[in-house]
Amino acid sequence: MEKKQAATEEQLRYAKLLDIGMKVGIVILFISFLVYITGIFSPFVPVDDLPKLWSLPVHDYLEKTGIHAGWAWIHLLNKGDFLNFVGIAFLGGVTIVCLLSIIPIFFRKKDPIYGVIVLIEVLVLILAASGVFRTGGH
Amino acid sequence: MSLVKKAFLLLAIGALMLGIVSTSFAGPPGGDVIEKGSTVAWWLWPLGLFVLTFVLGIVAVLGGLGGGTLFVPIVGGFFPFNLDFVRGTGLIVALAGALAAGPGLLKKGMADLRLSLPVGVIASACAIAGAMIGLALPANVIQTALGVCILGIVVIILKAKKAEFPEVKEADALSTALRINGIYHEVSTGQDINWKIHRTPLGLALFVLIGIMAGMFGIGAGWANVPVLNLLLGAPLKVAVSSSKFLLSITDTSAAWIYINNGAVIPMMVVPSILGVMLGSMVGVKILTKTKPAAIRYIVIFLLFFAGLRALLKGLGIWK
Repeated sequence: MEKKQAATEEQLRYAKLLDIGMKVGIVILFISFLVYITGIFSPFVPVDDLPKLWSLPVHDYLEKTGIHAGWAWIHLLNKGDFLNFVGIAFLGGVTIVCLLSIIPIFFRKKDPIYGVIVLIEVLVLILAASGVFRTGGH
Repeated sequence: MSLVKKAFLLLAIGALMLGIVSTSFAGPPGGDVIEKGSTVAWWLWPLGLFVLTFVLGIVAVLGGLGGGTLFVPIVGGFFPFNLDFVRGTGLIVALAGALAAGPGLLKKGMADLRLSLPVGVIASACAIAGAMIGLALPANVIQTALGVCILGIVVIILKAKKAEFPEVKEADALSTALRINGIYHEVSTGQDINWKIHRTPLGLALFVLIGIMAGMFGIGAGWANVPVLNLLLGAPLKVAVSSSKFLLSITDTSAAWIYINNGAVIPMMVVPSILGVMLGSMVGVKILTKTKPAAIRYIVIFLLFFAGLRALLKGLGIWK
């Protein structure tokens, strides 16, 4: 059986990027939430309305608020609530960046099977993030 | 607790307090919350989420269970939020926890990329399908299925055995081809443990189901990952637990994006929950280094059982 080091080169690369990305994501999330709750940027959905909305199914919630699903939030970053999606999306993107960073290592190590596995994983996550998978709600 | 952590804790509490006192961004006057006939100020709910997730963060670390598994049934059962948003939030909470744990586990060589990546592809692809199914099904169906699932998890926790170092006589052809094996240093005995796995095709097939359930219920999947990696595939317990935690960062990423892109994420629910769980986990780790109360396992089991029963009865319309 092949002996392996405690942590391989690709694990260390992944860990380093993940560590930075996670911390940056949390800080972004925290700052954007501060902006939101202090009212520096007014929210798209008034906070007083939230309790009437968060008990609704998501389809009805979107209909009542006029929020467009998918990446439409990117056009509403001047709104306190939607600003938080920067941090949320950042956390959702960290894994994709970490995976991309280790693909060259696998190919350099002549381990094309894992290079391809990681590439497929990246494609799956990008597809999930792309917004092509929509449901009509219930 | 380090100065940085103390500062973080103070900032988080301060942020929530600011939200409580600030009315500058509220809607028109008279917008008090009317929920099921009771008048409750809107900010009590996110504050309640923060407090609950802080406690869940502690309990999850001490009980060895992911925060998402406790979050969804408890918040779904006892808070006024629709289950769509609870599941979206639960996934992001579980994702944040997995991202936070990942670097340490990878650096120590406890979480294994060669073990996690092949199963991660299957679980994350199936989590997309699970999330789509979950968002398309009627709330009562999901609520009932969630209750059954949570009660099933209680049975798994009570019944499933754990094997520190499962005996794997011979690695199967697939794991040999993928070179899924390794060596890790066991600190408690000072030994280097060689490990390999078997029954890989069956394990991969089970991750289809795990991925679908993770996406559908938004509960993470550590409760299922660990038994499959440890008992079925034969990975040592510590490698299985660590790789499972890392795996959640992949599975939950794909499922979380489906909820985000379908509008099932409300920042006022997500951010207090993430902050609460993360701070609770920090406190939990501190407590864990000093003591591990045996009773905490039973508290977790009781909480899960009660929340699962609540979800089931709510879904069936018996306990509204």
